[in-house]
This record gives sequence, structure tokens and C-alpha cells, in this order.
Amino acid sequence: MQDFGAAFAQAFALILSGDADLMEIIALSLRVTVLAVAMACAIGLPLGAVLAVGRFPGRGAATVFVNALMGLPPVVVGLGVYLMLSSAGPLGVLQLLYTPTAMIIAQTILVTPIVAALTRQVIEDLHGEYDELLRSMGARRLGVVATLLWDARYSLLTAALAGLGRALAEVGAVIIVGGNINHVTRVMTTTIALETSKGNLSLALGLGIILVGLSILVNGLVMGLRGSAARMAYA
Amino acid sequence: MHDVLNSGTAARAAAETPLEKSGESSGIWPVALQGVRFAVGGKTLIDGIDLRLLPGTRSIIMGPNGAGKSLLLRLVAGLLQPTAGEVTFAGKAPDGTARRRLAMVFQRPVVLRRSVKANLTHALKTYGVPRAERAARRDQLLALGQLENLADRPARVLSGGEQQRLSMVRALAAKPALLLLDEPTASLDPQATAAIETLVSQAAAEGVKIVMVTHDRGQAERLADEVLFLHRGQLAERAPADAFFAQPQSAAAQAYLEGRLLL
Repeated sequence: MQDFGAAFAQAFALILSGDADLMEIIALSLRVTVLAVAMACAIGLPLGAVLAVGRFPGRGAATVFVNALMGLPPVVVGLGVYLMLSSAGPLGVLQLLYTPTAMIIAQTILVTPIVAALTRQVIEDLHGEYDELLRSMGARRLGVVATLLWDARYSLLTAALAGLGRALAEVGAVIIVGGNINHVTRVMTTTIALETSKGNLSLALGLGIILVGLSILVNGLVMGLRGSAARMAYA
Repeated sequence: MHDVLNSGTAARAAAETPLEKSGESSGIWPVALQGVRFAVGGKTLIDGIDLRLLPGTRSIIMGPNGAGKSLLLRLVAGLLQPTAGEVTFAGKAPDGTARRRLAMVFQRPVVLRRSVKANLTHALKTYGVPRAERAARRDQLLALGQLENLADRPARVLSGGEQQRLSMVRALAAKPALLLLDEPTASLDPQATAAIETLVSQAAAEGVKIVMVTHDRGQAERLADEVLFLHRGQLAERAPADAFFAQPQSAAAQAYLEGRLLL
């Protein structure tokens, strides 16, 4: 218990001193996560909207498939991306394995179904409200999708947030394709796993505290934003 | 009003393709329903309606609940497809260009989760108004709906009457030839109702064909040139307004106007 308390004290000291290694790991984590979520939103938002609004053969199956992908095991995604990017794989020539880019690709694959599935639900509900109006106005399909995405923007923040949570907490895929290389691909989650196994609890705890703090901060920001939007009747 | 509905016509005409011009000149009239039937789950809700709508008159649709009044508007607007029969504009199945010559206002106002002026800008963009013209047209529509002071407010915080005024001027942003109104004042107080009726009358005076559903006899008497009376999905009677209210010909219309329960 005494060691545990000391580890906590050291963790806070690391955070407060702005330890260079700690900051580098945090910066890389945020870069990988934010870029992955941005890419997942770029793919998942329109994909979810098309699934909500589109009427095409196989739509039901596509919806079930996207929903099922929300539960994709990260290690399986990591393995798949590894096989694609390894020197023997079809994309091996790009030499992306064990780089932050490979980690972004893996996280994008993990987060996109979450964003797409939640977007589909939000947009489908809003479409039910707007459908007759937009059709009576002669709105084209692309215009309908753009209108729905814009008007659902505050609700869709929740989808992005869910994706961010998944990406921030992810460890299995990024450790496979990133390799947890010091100063290259070491992020918060992989460092926590490594340092815990080495018994270096202070760094692991410090990163854990920051990870939880980030999660609370992002959730608080989004809740505040959604609250103001609801008060202003935009949500 | 004249300015609002006709402003920017020259600029739009310049931007129109010859095909669009041709479409404008040939018009959409008559809007005709031929043997239109609409059924859901084996139940016939609209039963063999034949109807020709021409510009120049305000047509008010009356009838008890479930008579098919709102369905009829949706069939004309193309929001529903008939189970049998056809709806034609100028003798042809309506294409996108013809459809954009009509606008519809719903009983429950549907406003986007945006400010009042952003709602109008969205409509103008959807109707293909060039970007350079939108701000001026939007301001004219705000003035028409007496919404200038509410322009920056989120549309969803407006009162029901204000939202319906917004819906009306948004529909007029289309410069429609045919305006379909589905009980637009059903849940409004007299003042808000009067504002909507004024907008309807102004639009009609500008040559917009009005087809409006109402349960309100007083409103029908104020606005109607002719009345279409629906009962059990059929057109029971069509008559000039004066004649209809003085001496309805169908038993169903007589009972309805006398306030007897139509079962």
C-alpha cells in the first residue's frame, strides 16, 4: 500500500514537472487518436447518413454489417492491418509498419463503424422528421444528406466522442502495428501496458491519470456543448 | 408581395436553360388526378378520385377526419404514389422541374434546427436561387412574414404561429405556381390564423393557385372560391363556395355543415 501511494506521488510529480518522455507520449497519442477519429468521421458520417437515407438493395444487410463491426476485436484489426502492411503484404511496399501512420490506419478501421452506426441512428430519426418537407422542396439526395448532417451536428458530436473514447483506450491493435517503439510509436496505452509489466508504476499511473482526465475533459466539453445547443433549440 | 414573388425573375430567366424556359411557359396546368386510388394494408383510403385543378381559384378541401384530405394533397405533391390511377401535370407525369413549381405547408410546422434566416437561405439554395440573390430574397421573405425581428433566433424556439409564418414564406420562396396547404392554422390562435390567411390571400392575388385543407368553416368561407368536399376517400361534392355553403348537394356535406356526426 505504501508503494502504491509512492507510485501515485511520483506520477503526480511527473505530470507536474512536465516530464519530456511523458509529454512526447501524450503528444503522439493525441496526434494518432485525433487523426484517426477525424478520418473515421470523414468516412463514417457520410456512410451512416447514406445508410439512413438511402433506399438500395442490401441496405439492411449493410446496416447489420456496420453494426456488427462496432464490436470488432482490436487485435484482429491489428492483425489484419499487420498482414496488409508487412513486407510480404500487398501494401508492404509503402513501409508503413511500425509507424504512427499504421496506428492511425488501425484506429480508423476500429472507429469508423462506431461513427457510422451511431450516425445512421441519429440521421434516421431526423430524416423521419424532415423527409416530407425536403421531398416537397425537391431537395436532391446529396442536399438531403448535407442538410441532415448539418442539423444533427450536435448529436453527431456524441458519435465522434464515442469514437474518440474507443481510440484513446485502444491498445491491442496499435501495439501490433506500431510495435511500441520508444520515441517512435509509443503511446499512452501501450506505455501503460509495458511499464506495468516492468513494475514502473509511477509512469503507468501518471499516464493513466492523464488518460482518465482527458476522457472526462472531452466528455464534459461535449456535454456542455450539447446542453447549450439544446437550450438554444438547435439540438 | 408582388416584389417578393417576382423579384429576381430577370436574373433567374437569364440563368435558365431554354428547356427550363419552355417548361415555365408550358406550365403545369391542368394538374389532374385520374382514377386515383390509394390503399394501405388492404384498406382503401382514396377511392377513384378524378379531379382537374386550374389556376385562378382558391380551392378549399373540406371533410371529416379520415376523409382523405391530407392524403389527397400528398398525392398531388408526389409525396405518395397512387395505388392506381395517375396524377399528371399538363397531361404528363410530373418531372423534377414540374414538381419544383409546387410547394407545400404542413399542419405541424417543420423547421430546420437553424436560425430563421438560415431556414430561408436553405430553402432558397434548395430551390436553385443563385447565391448572389439569396440575401436580398431572404430579407424580402422575412419582411413578408413579419419575421425581421426574429431573423437570428433559432427557428425551433418560435411560437407555433411564428413557425407557421416561416413555413409559409419558405414555401413562397419557391415562387410556386401551386401552393398546397394542409390545415396550416389547425393549432393556431385567431391572431396567428389571421396572419396566415393574409399570406394565403396575398399569394393568391399574385396568381398562386391555392389548394388548402381546413376543418374551419369560417376560414373556408373567408378564403374559398370553390370547395371540394371529401367523404370516405371519395370526392362527394365540388361546388363554388357560395353555392356549397348555401345549399350543399351531397347528404354528407349537408350533415357536415350542420354539425351532425358523420360516421
